[in-house]
Amino acid sequence: MLKRVHFSKTWLPFLLVAPQIIITLIFFIWPASQAVYQSFLIEDAFGLSTEFVWFENFEYLLADEIYLQSFGRTLFFSAAVAFLSMSLALILAAFADRVVRGATTYRTLLIWPYAVAPVLAGALWVFMFNPTLGIFPYFLEFVGVDWNHYLNGSQAMGLVIMAAAWKQIAYNFLFYLAAMQSIPKSIIEAGAIDGARPMRRFWTLVFPLVSPTTFFLLVINAVYAFFDTFGIIHAVTQGGPANSTTILVYKVFNDGFVGLDLGGSAAQSVILMLLVIVMTFIQFRYVENKVQY
Amino acid sequence: MVENRPILNVVTHLVLILGIAMVALPIWITFVAATHDEARMLQAPLPLLPGGYFFENFKQTFLGSGLSGSETAPVWRMLLNSLFMALMIAFGKIAISLLSAFAIVYFKFPFRMGFFWMIFITLMLPVEVRILPTFEVVADLGLLNSYWGLSIPLIASATATFMFRQVFLTIPDEMLESARIDGAKPMRFFVDILIPLSRTNIAALFVILFIYGWNQYLWPLLITTDTDMTTIVMSIKQMLEAAEQSPQWNIIMMTALLAMIPPVFVVIAMQKLFVQGLTETDK
Repeated sequence: MLKRVHFSKTWLPFLLVAPQIIITLIFFIWPASQAVYQSFLIEDAFGLSTEFVWFENFEYLLADEIYLQSFGRTLFFSAAVAFLSMSLALILAAFADRVVRGATTYRTLLIWPYAVAPVLAGALWVFMFNPTLGIFPYFLEFVGVDWNHYLNGSQAMGLVIMAAAWKQIAYNFLFYLAAMQSIPKSIIEAGAIDGARPMRRFWTLVFPLVSPTTFFLLVINAVYAFFDTFGIIHAVTQGGPANSTTILVYKVFNDGFVGLDLGGSAAQSVILMLLVIVMTFIQFRYVENKVQY
Repeated sequence: MVENRPILNVVTHLVLILGIAMVALPIWITFVAATHDEARMLQAPLPLLPGGYFFENFKQTFLGSGLSGSETAPVWRMLLNSLFMALMIAFGKIAISLLSAFAIVYFKFPFRMGFFWMIFITLMLPVEVRILPTFEVVADLGLLNSYWGLSIPLIASATATFMFRQVFLTIPDEMLESARIDGAKPMRFFVDILIPLSRTNIAALFVILFIYGWNQYLWPLLITTDTDMTTIVMSIKQMLEAAEQSPQWNIIMMTALLAMIPPVFVVIAMQKLFVQGLTETDK
């Protein structure tokens, strides 16, 4: 990765990397090591004394029913968001790929939710589903559904999943469309000559051929659902009712800044860091090599 | 198109239009809510067609203090804060990534790979997982309630560095050889050859980073307590909280609309760069 032809100066390259490295050290590596260090400490409620306890915070967490439930909930949330937004994006991309005229217009109109901040997405959905005023609860009443996500945990979960998936459709759509447009037309034509109808061509040709994209998007969507949905949860449910939408990122924030349980929050941070490392590893290892088919 | 299937063509357009409607519905409802007066927004069912109060709401939101009876900064101030933050993050990330990618690709120096891996690690430390200690660092440096505190901790970027590294690696070696023969020093080569050659990549990245910066939520929420430093995206949450007592949905939704117009405009106006930036940075 070094150029065959390169400079060899002694001080200039250090000067060039300095800004990035200094910021990385101060705001990334130091805080991360602090989090690791704090995760081995227990502090009393007034911050007067701290005790080094090795893995006690982790043992406590892994035995904590609430934490394990939050873990399971996060997995469910991610899977639901990824499935919902990816399948809708796949359907839309498959149809958009067929369009000859007006394709750019359709694309423009489908991609802009990418630019909406998660917390705003949350605000829009919470407004539409406001139990007393919202448009959806009003119509849901006619079919006998009593909507109140402030009281009903599964409705609250459904609402945050919808808001999170809505925002992510744009991203998935763009990648699926790009993948489908790069499939050589001759393959699809060969399928058509052999008598395969559009539906069959989609399942036996297009879908397997975009499987590397599917895999890539699975990782990206998991990362998104794990880490970027804080704003949605914070705006829509604040983790409630009764913790039913407290996903891991929200719990780190809540235990640290609201509950002031520094050791516990740090231990959760460390577990999250390990998760990001695993996901980044999967992304680089497999996505770079592409899935075999 | 492989074969002509009139029925399928109709279905195609129907599905796409349905998809667009589904994607646009929340925005439509927001827009409609921003065009009615407060009294109308308190009666169920809420309207589905726009009313005539758009400009009144706009005036109260943009120039006034937003919600009546609350102590917040005027919305124009919040928009300005968001703009500064987004621009500082975007330009900062691009500048430091260009420099470090240049160093890593074009220089041979001790610890080169060490620095590369150190930058790579930042990819694995999103702000959400290190919030408490990072907050402490920023507080110790006295950067709370400042634009520096809002932007600098988010500036280090592995993805941007990787992207520029990739771009520089595709630039033929002959460029540097000929620049050298003409007597160009490293910085001259960087400014006069590398930067112009990566112009479109810089623009594409700028679009992505501007949106990223504008949409930051958790970080500004933690480090700004001064109402003069509130960003527009943060303010929505405060308004939603206030809405539990006295909902002024017309104002809240007008603010939401104002908060999403700049990034959405950037995506639509610079669609080609946006798509390029998105596909380049995430691989």
